[in-house]
Amino acid sequence: MATDPRRAIEAVWRIESPRLIAGLTRVVRDVGVAEELAQDALVAALEQWPSSGVPDNPGAWLMTTARHRGIDTLRRGALAGRKLEEVGQLEARREAEVPDLEKAIDEDVGDDLLRLILISCHPILSTEARVALTLRLLGGLTTGEIARAFLVPEPTIAQRIVRAKRTLAEEKVPFEVPRGAELQARLSSVLEVVYLVFNEGYSATAGDDWTRPELCQDALRLGRILAELAPEEPEVHGLVSLMEIQASRLRARTSPSGEPILLLDQNRALWDRILIGRGLAALERARALGGERGPYALQAAIAACHARARVAAETDWAQIASLYAELALRSPSPVVELNRAVAVGMAHGPAAGLALVEKLAQEPSLQGYHLLPSVRGDFLVKLGRLEEARAELERAASLTRNERERKLLLERAAACARRAVSSS
Amino acid sequence: MKFMVIVKANQDSEAGKLPDASVFEAMNKYNEQLVKAGVMLAGEGLHPSSKGARVRFEGPSKRTVIDGPFSETKELIAGFWLWEVKTREEAIEWLKRAPFQEGEVEIRQIHGTEDFAAVDPTGALRAKEDELRRTIEKQQQRRN
Repeated sequence: MATDPRRAIEAVWRIESPRLIAGLTRVVRDVGVAEELAQDALVAALEQWPSSGVPDNPGAWLMTTARHRGIDTLRRGALAGRKLEEVGQLEARREAEVPDLEKAIDEDVGDDLLRLILISCHPILSTEARVALTLRLLGGLTTGEIARAFLVPEPTIAQRIVRAKRTLAEEKVPFEVPRGAELQARLSSVLEVVYLVFNEGYSATAGDDWTRPELCQDALRLGRILAELAPEEPEVHGLVSLMEIQASRLRARTSPSGEPILLLDQNRALWDRILIGRGLAALERARALGGERGPYALQAAIAACHARARVAAETDWAQIASLYAELALRSPSPVVELNRAVAVGMAHGPAAGLALVEKLAQEPSLQGYHLLPSVRGDFLVKLGRLEEARAELERAASLTRNERERKLLLERAAACARRAVSSS
Repeated sequence: MKFMVIVKANQDSEAGKLPDASVFEAMNKYNEQLVKAGVMLAGEGLHPSSKGARVRFEGPSKRTVIDGPFSETKELIAGFWLWEVKTREEAIEWLKRAPFQEGEVEIRQIHGTEDFAAVDPTGALRAKEDELRRTIEKQQQRRN
């Protein structure tokens, strides 16, 4: 298997681009300009490296090239006039920094990276824009890769990214790490974006595939990077723990033919023990920092209950139900309540679970949410109310946008119908 | 995709000699980079083969235990990393940055589920495995 130079350069790009863009943004104070400069350097690498070979320190090479290109371009006035002030900054900084260039790329750019991830997830941007920008700038994904991952046309993603960068420039959003309560708010926006990416991979909301593991891995990588950038933040470790443990089940969640396999039916021998170990360690870190009551840490603790059970029958449902009760206090939501109902049903019987689900029937935010009838259907099956169960499962099937899941739900509905006939 | 990065043994590692402080520091720095980039899943160094053993299999029942050390030093493993990266090229690019001065280090891709589809296209093997699992679960329940 020969190594294609273009793919080698793409690999260097994936490794270097976040640090490169972060470092450049510190200099030019504009994410958009910084990314253009970094892209220019990539183009230069694609032109030169196939014949000259990848340089020994590719990161430093890209940084030097980006700076020189930036200064040249700005001098020629090829960029808009508003960037003239940046020429001065670049020039001044070049004088000061050029001798230390090699050192600069090697030194810790952690703060710049944290600034970059915070600005990419800035609340001023729409959630969709935050996701696209984060994957692009921190994940090193191309516009095409992001578009394919989210099943949207490439120009849509390109537009989102362009607009996001323009908004950040127009609103003069500072490239900084805020302090105190603002940092907490900004970090939670980052965690939300990372988990959203993970979830889109873990149970795709649309399309033919039940999971898209690549997206899970992109999110996990972002989370692991973030855990090193903000090691004192318990919720970061809580989220990493949650994602590691959930990702440990990816292999077991899909049958060879692509059908989804539910948690309790999974072959636990297929769970990735290394990821479980990492997840439990991350949860321990969150706890050690006093963050065991954080919403992500609580969800991770629930996932850990499943991970610790060698077989489904060993699951500590009472513990899970009490963790959900706590989660419902900390961050109340109908979805948490629905999950609590499932745990209560497992711990104290389907009638107890169904009672909780019935309370949610009128919940406006759950209208159209396929898991509500799906869970209700489950309890009804267990209670032997097969006719009602079938109707609920069919309703769930009509509500899900995932083809594989729809098929599974319809099969279960049909099974109810068969059992109802044979027992009557 | 996941890769195992296999570091081969040398005379020092087989003699149980730990690397000197500067090598140790360089390796620590490298490991730190891998962790910060979210690439490293695990990494371990191994004791010399003199503390290891081999079991030789012949036919359905004959097993012979061979105690270390083993002579073919260059073929032995002294340590490994597990990395999660986007492409094979990315693994190579990371490996090129490792602070080794000599020798060869090998990367091998770890199988994912998709690789087993060819061996088990109908899912029959998986189904059998599931059945076995259910039996174990029943035994477990009876014990509880």
